[in-house]
Amino acid sequence: MSGAEERGEARWNVPLAVPAPGAEPARRNGHRRPTMAAAEPVPASDEPDHATDEPDTSTDEPEIATGEPARARADAAAAGTSPGPAVVDRPGDHWDRRVAKGLAFLRRRLSGDYEVDEFGFDPELTDAVFHPLLRLLYRDWFRTEISGVEHLPDVGAGLVVGNHSGTVALDALVLAAALHDRHPARRYLRLLGADLVFRMPVVSELARKTGGTVACNPDAERLLGNGELVGVFPEGFKGVGKLYADRYKLQRFGRGGFVSAALRTGTPIVPVAIVGGEEIYPMLADIKPLARLLKLPYFPVTPTFPWLGPLGMVPLPSKWLIEFCPPIPTAHLRDSADDPLVVFNLADQVRETIQQTLHKLLERRPDPFGP
Amino acid sequence: MTPGGTSGAPGVVVVTGVGRYLGAHVAARLAADPRIERVIGVDPATPNPELADLLSGVERVRLDLDSLGGLLLDLDIDAVVHLALVTAPDPQHGGRAAMKEQNVIGTMQLLAACQRAPRLRKLVVRSSTAAYGVSFRDPAVFTEETEPREVPRGGFGRDILDIEGYVRGFRRRRPDVTATVLRFAPFIGSTADTTLTRYFSQPVVPTVFGRDPRLQFVHFDDALEVLHRSVAEEHPGTYNVAGPGVLSLSQAIRRAGRVAVPVLEPGLAGVAAVARSLGFGRYGLDQVDLFVHGRVVDTTRLEQEYGFTPRSTAAAFDDFIRAHHGGVVVTRDQLATAEQLVLESIRQVRAAVRERS
Repeated sequence: MSGAEERGEARWNVPLAVPAPGAEPARRNGHRRPTMAAAEPVPASDEPDHATDEPDTSTDEPEIATGEPARARADAAAAGTSPGPAVVDRPGDHWDRRVAKGLAFLRRRLSGDYEVDEFGFDPELTDAVFHPLLRLLYRDWFRTEISGVEHLPDVGAGLVVGNHSGTVALDALVLAAALHDRHPARRYLRLLGADLVFRMPVVSELARKTGGTVACNPDAERLLGNGELVGVFPEGFKGVGKLYADRYKLQRFGRGGFVSAALRTGTPIVPVAIVGGEEIYPMLADIKPLARLLKLPYFPVTPTFPWLGPLGMVPLPSKWLIEFCPPIPTAHLRDSADDPLVVFNLADQVRETIQQTLHKLLERRPDPFGP
Repeated sequence: MTPGGTSGAPGVVVVTGVGRYLGAHVAARLAADPRIERVIGVDPATPNPELADLLSGVERVRLDLDSLGGLLLDLDIDAVVHLALVTAPDPQHGGRAAMKEQNVIGTMQLLAACQRAPRLRKLVVRSSTAAYGVSFRDPAVFTEETEPREVPRGGFGRDILDIEGYVRGFRRRRPDVTATVLRFAPFIGSTADTTLTRYFSQPVVPTVFGRDPRLQFVHFDDALEVLHRSVAEEHPGTYNVAGPGVLSLSQAIRRAGRVAVPVLEPGLAGVAAVARSLGFGRYGLDQVDLFVHGRVVDTTRLEQEYGFTPRSTAAAFDDFIRAHHGGVVVTRDQLATAEQLVLESIRQVRAAVRERS
């Protein structure tokens, strides 16, 4: 009895001492997770303790490293169901802090007490709402394996160029969330999207709030000039809207506007190959008249859409592999941004790198829906 | 002969639109500057009584812009500050037709008069960031070089494009005159009274569903400062004038403690027109477009050339909130109290549960 009393006291002390001012640092601490992830061996032994603490990178890292995803996931699932007893066993301040954090977040949102950058990027909302959702998607649904993160710069600008696929451009969102979680400096990927994205209500605002902006040279150069990591998919709708039969065949790269943006700012280009996106909504046919009617670039028919209605919107659980390739420096070509030959050659080099890496990754993944 | 000839400050300044809030304040400020010998305020109408006090040091001439030519010749004018723009149609004063007459034709006549004024050395024109138009393909941040991709639907935006076109023509014909075009973000502040300040003063604020535009404001006092420096110093060219930083509309509404009511975009212009005819506010296509697309400009050029940074958009908006706390629905303190209450009650419930077990 007295023990319970004591614990009760302790529980009272902590939150009262820290209520509102403590809320902010608590959130900031969330960003420091990578230091834990960096100390590789720790998470395994640490896991039971932090079972209820949103296990992101710390529990995720060994899962892929040990190659026992099934077991690790079972553990995670078990941990996920155990918060009930955990609270009774340890009436510590953990849940109190979470509630306080949640309420403080809500209060800040409702009173407009947050910062938005000139592109409309809202890091707080991205961290608290969008990335956790995407984390579930890329980690648990797509079992994404990521390699080559060391090729991304820790500071300063970088242009990440990837292959586009999947009928619905989930690959861009997955790439941004995974990169943020895995990068030691927790960098955000600022995506460049087609103007169609910014035409649509709701979608346009989600894109801006998560750090996206319209794919145009002024915006790309401004972001790169600010030292941001920018993500671009030069295939555009040709890549997203291609048929399943053409999967993993890189489409045309357009005018290479991304290359001239990189050249003008002297930014290194990091090609990235994404395998798995093609199978999430395998597009069997494209009903062009309907697409024209709806003013869309394509109208997809997949094995589940539109037959199953909203159920057809659920992406198939393919196995994803993402590999960042060594960066291509461009600083020495700064004066050649307007030279079409240099631009096309560089665009071809990026394209070839991605295509070869795609083939390499596909060999590593014989079964698209494998573990 | 020209007292300001050496220092760069002009001797005789004509300010148009002194019957309006901005014009009156600019004229009063210039009149208070000892470097400037004479300030002549021009307006076709007599100013409001509350502005009349401000204009005590200003010589006032009741004149239409088309008869300005003679005045400019007779008085040996050094500088003209053109502020006589109407930002929204006023049904009591001729609506959109009168607005266009004043903005476009008025500017044409003024520039024609300026062109014939031999002593004129300086022209300062008030423009607006509406000059960038609206398009879904627009870059997120406009620099002074950005060309509008689409002509705006709103009347004010189109007028601004026309006005800037005439100023470009004037620059070609009179290269000896220092022409300064100031593209202002919407004014805000504790005293400014504009369509947008009225909008944010309502307790319930209509927004466009699924859109959360990025907005920028410039504090009214900073706008005055920039206008003053444009007259007193030499700053040829076009400049964006806005508070650094960005507020999203939802954020601004929350900071002001108002409640947003999203309205579907199709037909919104129609609703705005009906509301206008019924006398609720004066929202036109200019406002609808702003609330769909938002507008953010780069102010690097202003900061470098003027050596002056306006207070940030957030700070300017805070100043506005402090002055307009009347219609507040939810305050920050109330939210903080609610947060504490919920936390306390959760703790109490959990403590009670633990006691029992």
